[in-house]
Amino acid sequence: MKILRTIKAEDMEDIATGGAILGTGGGGDPYIGKLMAQEAIRKHGPVNLIDIDELADDALVVPVAMMGAPTVMTEKLPQGDELINAFRALEQLLGRKIDAVLCGEAGGVNSTTPFVVAAMTGLPLVDGDGMGRAYPELQMVTFTMHGVSATPMVLCDDKGNSLVLNTVSNAWTERLARAATVEMGGSALLAFYSMTGAVAKKAIVRGTLTLCAQLGETLRQAKASHVDPVNAVVDKLGARVIFHGRVKDIDRRTVGGFARGSARFDGVEEWKGHTFKLDFQNEFLMAERDGEILVTTPDLITVLEAESGRPVTADALRYGLRLIALALPSNPQWQNPAGIALVGPRYFGYDVDYRNYFEA
Amino acid sequence: MIRIGIDVGGTNTDAVVMDGTQVIAGVKAATTPDVMTGVVNALRDVLAASGMDAGKVDVVMIGTTHFTNAVVQRRDLAQTAAVRLGLPATASLPPMVDWPEDLKRAIGGHTYLAHGGNEFDGRVISPLDEAELLGIAADIAAKRINTVAISSVFSPVSSDFEKQAGEIFARALPGAHITLSHEIGRIGLLERENAAIMNACLRDLSAHVIEAFRKAIAETGIGGKFFLTQNDGTLMDAAFAEKFPVLTFASGPTNSMRGAAFLSGVKDAIVVDIGGTTSDVGSLQKGFPRQATVAVEVGGVRTNFRMPDVFSIGLGGGSHVVETAQGITVGPTSVGYRIITEALIFGGKTLTTSDVVVAAGRYDLGDRSRVGHITPDFIARTQTRIMQMLEDCVERSRLSPEPLPVIVVGGGSILVDGPIGGLEVVKPNHFAVANAVGAAIAQVSGEIDRVYALAEISRDAALADAKERATEAAVAAGARRDSIEIVDVEDVPLAYLPGNATRVRVKAVGELHVA
Repeated sequence: MKILRTIKAEDMEDIATGGAILGTGGGGDPYIGKLMAQEAIRKHGPVNLIDIDELADDALVVPVAMMGAPTVMTEKLPQGDELINAFRALEQLLGRKIDAVLCGEAGGVNSTTPFVVAAMTGLPLVDGDGMGRAYPELQMVTFTMHGVSATPMVLCDDKGNSLVLNTVSNAWTERLARAATVEMGGSALLAFYSMTGAVAKKAIVRGTLTLCAQLGETLRQAKASHVDPVNAVVDKLGARVIFHGRVKDIDRRTVGGFARGSARFDGVEEWKGHTFKLDFQNEFLMAERDGEILVTTPDLITVLEAESGRPVTADALRYGLRLIALALPSNPQWQNPAGIALVGPRYFGYDVDYRNYFEA
Repeated sequence: MIRIGIDVGGTNTDAVVMDGTQVIAGVKAATTPDVMTGVVNALRDVLAASGMDAGKVDVVMIGTTHFTNAVVQRRDLAQTAAVRLGLPATASLPPMVDWPEDLKRAIGGHTYLAHGGNEFDGRVISPLDEAELLGIAADIAAKRINTVAISSVFSPVSSDFEKQAGEIFARALPGAHITLSHEIGRIGLLERENAAIMNACLRDLSAHVIEAFRKAIAETGIGGKFFLTQNDGTLMDAAFAEKFPVLTFASGPTNSMRGAAFLSGVKDAIVVDIGGTTSDVGSLQKGFPRQATVAVEVGGVRTNFRMPDVFSIGLGGGSHVVETAQGITVGPTSVGYRIITEALIFGGKTLTTSDVVVAAGRYDLGDRSRVGHITPDFIARTQTRIMQMLEDCVERSRLSPEPLPVIVVGGGSILVDGPIGGLEVVKPNHFAVANAVGAAIAQVSGEIDRVYALAEISRDAALADAKERATEAAVAAGARRDSIEIVDVEDVPLAYLPGNATRVRVKAVGELHVA
């Protein structure tokens, strides 16, 4: 099997940084995930990243992830065995050996959680994911559009509880798993969406873990060579700057297993006199400028520190911070009626049709 | 009002006397290993230089980098126990998991995980286990550890477990210092816990240092109150500072930037504070230091304090100057406070940046005849190297192409001559003691921490009420009303209380009202 790259503990820095950019404000604290992956790699050895085409069509591939409210994850850290327990329990349930680990969500904490399981099991990790970014709900994956069932799924908490779900649809998986996650204290770890190599070759967004690593590297190099880091990210992703401002108010609460709320900004410099608002449900879902809707899902909205270009999560938004907001084009897999129905603005309750910001 | 501002740095202890907004006198004295002697010397010198009677001094404000330096240099730190309440959760990443190894070793790396902790909505993760905590206390006692940091999951939402565990440890370990994480930090377990552990390992040192300040002030006959400055440039009283030394972190750069703004009258600028060993570079926006956005590291440890965005380079008045095959190198090594014995101009054997400046005839210091052998070519190349270093860091601090002035302060300012990277250089009066001036003009704050029932009052109305109360608290603490700014607003929903209860914390700061 050809190995794309071998990921050592120190390589997780770049991946976590890139994961935070694709995390669009949510996806959980990548810092926590980075530390967990580094601990696992130091203890069990490095992770081999492979291209999906390296896997046989009948290979068994399983993604792992953390679900819940990012605020909870920064405070109540995992016990440590939840991920591997969920993975092993699902393997037993499926009755056959799993051949490779997959990333469910290449944004936020879940850009790093698969590395924990890959390091602990010694299995290869596939370079790709089910979103090309982060989304708040677990049916919001390209796998759903390819008819892959989220269940059987195993959900584990820090206390040692585990739950097996068998559901009629991925939307029901989200509802039931979310209710369980809230009872478990707002965060849980899971293994789900088992699929064959043949399905995975069609259903995943390819190359996203490498993209995370490259984004992290781009920022690091920009800093080292005194190049404007925000511009470097803009160039790398074909992004556009949509605002530069100071946080005026953050309304954030943990509701129904999510961090929900909004952040309001007052413009500075070229945006002086303008206002900006971000709505979030874990991830930034919608950006409004001067009261007009500007960007919605599935386009990505991400927020960077102006000087360093470091990504700032919705959870880290604080009164008075000066930040730059970017819009990034989404993966083409989302740009069709099925994709928009799954993750577009109307799903999140906004009475507005999706308009691709980059075609407007 | 007569104020004295003191800055206790690693090399120098500076002091200024201010009458209202006038700087009457400023002096520099050497920092001494016992701290106290240096402060007494600086106070006596500055009272003499200003002709001020000690009895007339209303208030003394002290800024110190002593605690930051202790962590950065891993010295004078106490063996510390870090106890986290949250099992079975959180075991994947134990306390100090992300600390540099040498710092962890310096404080012993004693970490304990125990049951306790809350969920986001106040539910209990697991009940507190007194027998378990007493077992940990016995182990701590056996190791002769005298300072304990306690962190509990979601303690900003519910602080009961930290308080209860604190009482258990206080009973089991008489005389031990107990630091509770909810008193220092906000949501974010690792960052809050890191701050609590750093605070705990500084408690022995803070008892010693604050006592030294107290004695030094008493010995010079000053009867006024004394305060320390915090990382955000506001004041705390001595008893509070002794309990929370970690809150002094980064007060040095804050003081030097605010001092630079005050002395120069320039509100938007880049500030370069050149000391004996390092230069700190930051930027002023509307007279305030620009704050760092995300997590700030102190001595390699991640925290979430409000701090100015400053970076340092190894360039100061005591930096070594060495000719190598690649040309001249300046710093990062330095003779530091030993400059008065080791630099050539003071009869020593080490070539420093100050020697070169004196050789160039740009400043009169020490014995110029001792540096007569330095060639004009060597002087020119050293100066070029120094200016390159300064240009690089000023360029990094610039956010826009607008030509901002550069305010140069600190004892090492003698290294700078002429514009930096084409930007105008401002060297205000009393530039050498800008830190002490910054301490003297430190702001006062008002904080409010209240629970509102959002079922009864709208969120906007609750925030407005909290801001109003914080403003009034700042005014009551002596702030001038027209100078007050809200610097921090945080609301934490308390889902376990009825009526959509939310804890709101607001901090307002303003300039001290000076008669």
